[in-house]
Amino acid sequence: MTPFKPVLLEAVGVPDGHSIASYKSRGGYAPLEKVLAEKQPVDVVEMVKSSGLRGRGGAGFSTGLKWTFLPKDHPGPIYLCVNADESEPGTFNNRILMEDDPHQVIEGIILSSYATRASTAYIYLRYEYPQSWHRLQAAIDEAYAAGYLGKNIRGTTFSLDIYLHRGAAAYICGEETGLIESLEGKRAWPRIKPPFPAIEGLFRKPTVVNNIETMACVAQIARRGVDWFKSIGVPADPANPRDPGSYGPKLYCLSGHVEKPGCYEAPLGITARQLIDQFGGGVWKGRKAKAVIPGGISMGLMTESELDTPLDFAGPGKVGCLGLGTAAVVVIDDETSIVDFLHNSCRFFAHESCGQCTPCREGTSWSLRMLERIKAGQGRLRDLDLLLEIGTTMGMMPGSTICGLADGAAWPIKNAIKKFRGEFEDYIKRTNPSGWMVTDPVPALQIVGAH
Amino acid sequence: MIAPKRVLTDEMVAKIEALAPRYPNRRALTLPALHIVNAELRHVPLEAVVEIAQVLGLAPAEVQDTLTFYQFFHQEKPHGTVRAFVCRSVSCALRGGDHLLEHLCKKNGVEPYGTTPDGSLTIEPAECLGACDFAPCILANDDLLKNMTPEAAEAELKKPRARAT
Repeated sequence: MTPFKPVLLEAVGVPDGHSIASYKSRGGYAPLEKVLAEKQPVDVVEMVKSSGLRGRGGAGFSTGLKWTFLPKDHPGPIYLCVNADESEPGTFNNRILMEDDPHQVIEGIILSSYATRASTAYIYLRYEYPQSWHRLQAAIDEAYAAGYLGKNIRGTTFSLDIYLHRGAAAYICGEETGLIESLEGKRAWPRIKPPFPAIEGLFRKPTVVNNIETMACVAQIARRGVDWFKSIGVPADPANPRDPGSYGPKLYCLSGHVEKPGCYEAPLGITARQLIDQFGGGVWKGRKAKAVIPGGISMGLMTESELDTPLDFAGPGKVGCLGLGTAAVVVIDDETSIVDFLHNSCRFFAHESCGQCTPCREGTSWSLRMLERIKAGQGRLRDLDLLLEIGTTMGMMPGSTICGLADGAAWPIKNAIKKFRGEFEDYIKRTNPSGWMVTDPVPALQIVGAH
Repeated sequence: MIAPKRVLTDEMVAKIEALAPRYPNRRALTLPALHIVNAELRHVPLEAVVEIAQVLGLAPAEVQDTLTFYQFFHQEKPHGTVRAFVCRSVSCALRGGDHLLEHLCKKNGVEPYGTTPDGSLTIEPAECLGACDFAPCILANDDLLKNMTPEAAEAELKKPRARAT
């Protein structure tokens, strides 16, 4: 196998790599000029569709296919929303792209807008990224000055404006219809689908929502071609006609108990163990991993024995995780209590549930209350079954919520209790020797700072 | 007629209006307007909500409805001249984020979300700041404080900082 050379992260460490001059010297914007001169929007859609690019934001839906859901011959306007509300715990790849190579993202946005016939693109950026805000705005200004944005770009009939729109610290704005509601100036309550955004999205117009890394991939596909993209990653499983494969390079965010946390680019399908050992310098302090989050906290947990699972779109699901998610790998060492981990996870989701659907609002807050009580030494074995009941009944999959936040809240609960039940039981029996067997209802404890 | 004791300055209104051509309706200006006011006043009091609603042609309740959703904009009183978000999500928690928050609150004599009596510092727990490669981390105004030990963070938060943008 030839050594893999980073492409999406090419500018990292390059002095002034975020400037338009640097980007152009690395071959940037030439593909855009070629596309505008030679190709029709439909050709770009076809290119992205045939590349097999799947959305990098977490759901892994085919980007090209998503674009084809837009109505044909719509009089407009059509909107492109670029999702930079990166808030999944453990995830920071979009931040790296926006700070170190904003023009790669912008070229991808221009190409995607051309393909979808959008003349306005909004980048919905989370508040917590002030550096990305400044870098992106400077890059947008440069792109206007260079004639890549604005009216009649490169003498064509294609015009595009890109606007930055800042969020206000709410995880739910990363859900695409929550993002749309937030951009419209409302509470970020996800919408019931259908209608999907492609039919009725932002300002009730056809809308595509794509992730920042997806945009960078579009720029690279235009530059290096479909064959290049398809030569990387994991091909579709011929035995499974519904598997679209996992093609292309991917940014993996590695954090937690590793020696060298960071954002690393690798072909889709690298295993968690390879990532930890080859990029992360191993588990920190010479310890062993107890568990690893495969792709952001909502994807659940893999055990040490599951670390050879390939991190492609299909891999984590085979060991009971929710999916690849954002490919944010968080390592938890063998000296960490899994009770503490699950408490942290439940606290996050209780804080971030938007409150619209009762099963999620109540499920996340009661799971936190139970974990508070277990941590405080008042747990009962029965609580584990109650937690599992919450975990299996809230979410889109059981059909009780509008969006997937509750599924993301449920997965760590289900995985942690199923894969580490012994540890939970030991903890409860040890810390509550006189009450672990009680099955009667008990009052909740006062929670400090859950909201 | 706008009452003489206006909270929004002409400058703030001009900044809001400058963004208007970006959106097909004025309601979409709600979040940008809240940020513009918050950047100046370090909170968005109810009077400002009413005035934003007047500027945008909305009911005050619509603006307040959006504002309260985010739990981001203080209303009662301004947050400190330094607003420190201390990350407590998984990657930071694994490297001491909760301890960091506790230490900073104790040393500064405030509860989480509280402001020191001299108004110089507000400490707020934050969910994932997206800087897990530098865990545990703090966002203080526009500055990302990386790989913080409790002692280093304590010293960092004593320093004056440029206003958040």
